[in-house]
Amino acid sequence: MRKKVWYTAVSLAVLIVIWEAAVLLGKFPEVLFPSPAGVWSAFWQLWESGLPGSSSRVVLGTHILVSLKRFFIGYVSAVVTAVTAGLLLGWFSKVFYYINPIVQLVRPIAPVAWMPFIVLWFGIGDAPAVVIIFLAGFFPVLLSTVAAVEHMDPVYRKVARNFGLSQVQTIRKVVFPAALPQIMNSLRLALGTAWIFLVSGEMVGAQSGLGFLIIDAKNCLRSDALLATMITIGVIGLLLDWGIRRLEKLVL
Amino acid sequence: MYINVKDVSVYYTQGGGTFEALKNVSLSINQGEFVCLLGPSGCGKSTLLNLLAGFEKPTKGEILIGEKQVTAPAPKYLTIFQNYGLFPWRTVLHNVELGLEAKGMRRQARRQQALKYLEMVGLAQAKDKKPCQLSGGMQQRVAIARALAAEPEILFMDEPFGALDAITRMKLQDDILRICKEEGKTIIFVTHDIEEAVFLADRIVVMEANPGSVQRIVEVEMPHERDRTSDDFIVVRDKVFALMHLKKDKEVEYYI
Repeated sequence: MRKKVWYTAVSLAVLIVIWEAAVLLGKFPEVLFPSPAGVWSAFWQLWESGLPGSSSRVVLGTHILVSLKRFFIGYVSAVVTAVTAGLLLGWFSKVFYYINPIVQLVRPIAPVAWMPFIVLWFGIGDAPAVVIIFLAGFFPVLLSTVAAVEHMDPVYRKVARNFGLSQVQTIRKVVFPAALPQIMNSLRLALGTAWIFLVSGEMVGAQSGLGFLIIDAKNCLRSDALLATMITIGVIGLLLDWGIRRLEKLVL
Repeated sequence: MYINVKDVSVYYTQGGGTFEALKNVSLSINQGEFVCLLGPSGCGKSTLLNLLAGFEKPTKGEILIGEKQVTAPAPKYLTIFQNYGLFPWRTVLHNVELGLEAKGMRRQARRQQALKYLEMVGLAQAKDKKPCQLSGGMQQRVAIARALAAEPEILFMDEPFGALDAITRMKLQDDILRICKEEGKTIIFVTHDIEEAVFLADRIVVMEANPGSVQRIVEVEMPHERDRTSDDFIVVRDKVFALMHLKKDKEVEYYI
């Protein structure tokens, strides 16, 4: 653990030094390539008073909370539906043979491509981000849950049948726990993907959130604020990943 | 007769041809009897066990247990698998409770019953451990306790000690014999180990491959508490060896 902190600290310090050196030696205009110090002060400005000249007078903390709220609504509902559907489809694998072609057809479509329909069907505001995060999280979790159930040790199925467990008992007491390690793994991957899509989800129609802030900073020609928001998104992504790793360890 | 296998055949079709896993097998087993199905791999002994346990269906013929045809697995007839089939996410105690949960037994009664059988297999002190913390022999003991706790009439055992080392295996053979006589269970036990069969069985069903069928049924007329080194034991063992064509005829190869 201590080693890990050390690696991280050194890595970030070196990055910042190179970055600062590049700015100083390259003599770029501040707006094209903001310096670390500039980004830091932009971050504080966003944190304390929000972006000047923005259409919304909201500070960074509120944007973060709004984004997290949308993110968790989308992600948690994706996980719940995908795991439930995955367990059932994995168990009744004949049904899955019919569903799978459709899933495979829809899966490669980038969630953002749905945007016009999403706006038409769900309106603007929180909905687009929530739906996009849902779409981004749903398919990976669904498919790995199905795969986990299909690759379950066949002896578990035999034991469950032999001891006379009902279908519901079998899914709840045998199939789900047997598939859980793989499900947890897919939850972590889906969390990362879904967080990436948050920004795209908030770029259309939203008047708040980190994705909106990206667009807002762009419109105000504030590259320092833009970078500060990007780094914020990265750090939160990192923290989310750390959180789900902890959860994984706790559950398994 | 308690268990009746009536002229059962199993065919598998593979690559256009048919493979006869079992051909015209008939067999009767009494209640409380310990029967070993013995034979080389491919003789259909595991297939026969799967049919008896209801996991597979015969292509031809029928199997009756207590006058009723076997069509599906049931908690009255439990199978012990070679790889134990314990749930790694449950503790030992919760594994043993599995069959009792399915019966809808109350938590308190469940716990008591499970502990009783864990004690019987000598693992009460390991009740809160996870299966992966136990040795193979202990895991199989847990699986046996799990089966016994559900109070089945018959235990089907599919090479249950096949993955264990020789010494652990002999200890478990002693235990299963003692427990089953105490509990009065009927046991059908699949093995390819001749000594194991001679040590355990009241009757040994010697099977042969291509097609899988019963070659001979050997009565083992020895009381239980058998001594693996006694003369009687060796006589029966030699008989089975000979049946399986494993005993070399000592032909004189040359004269001086």
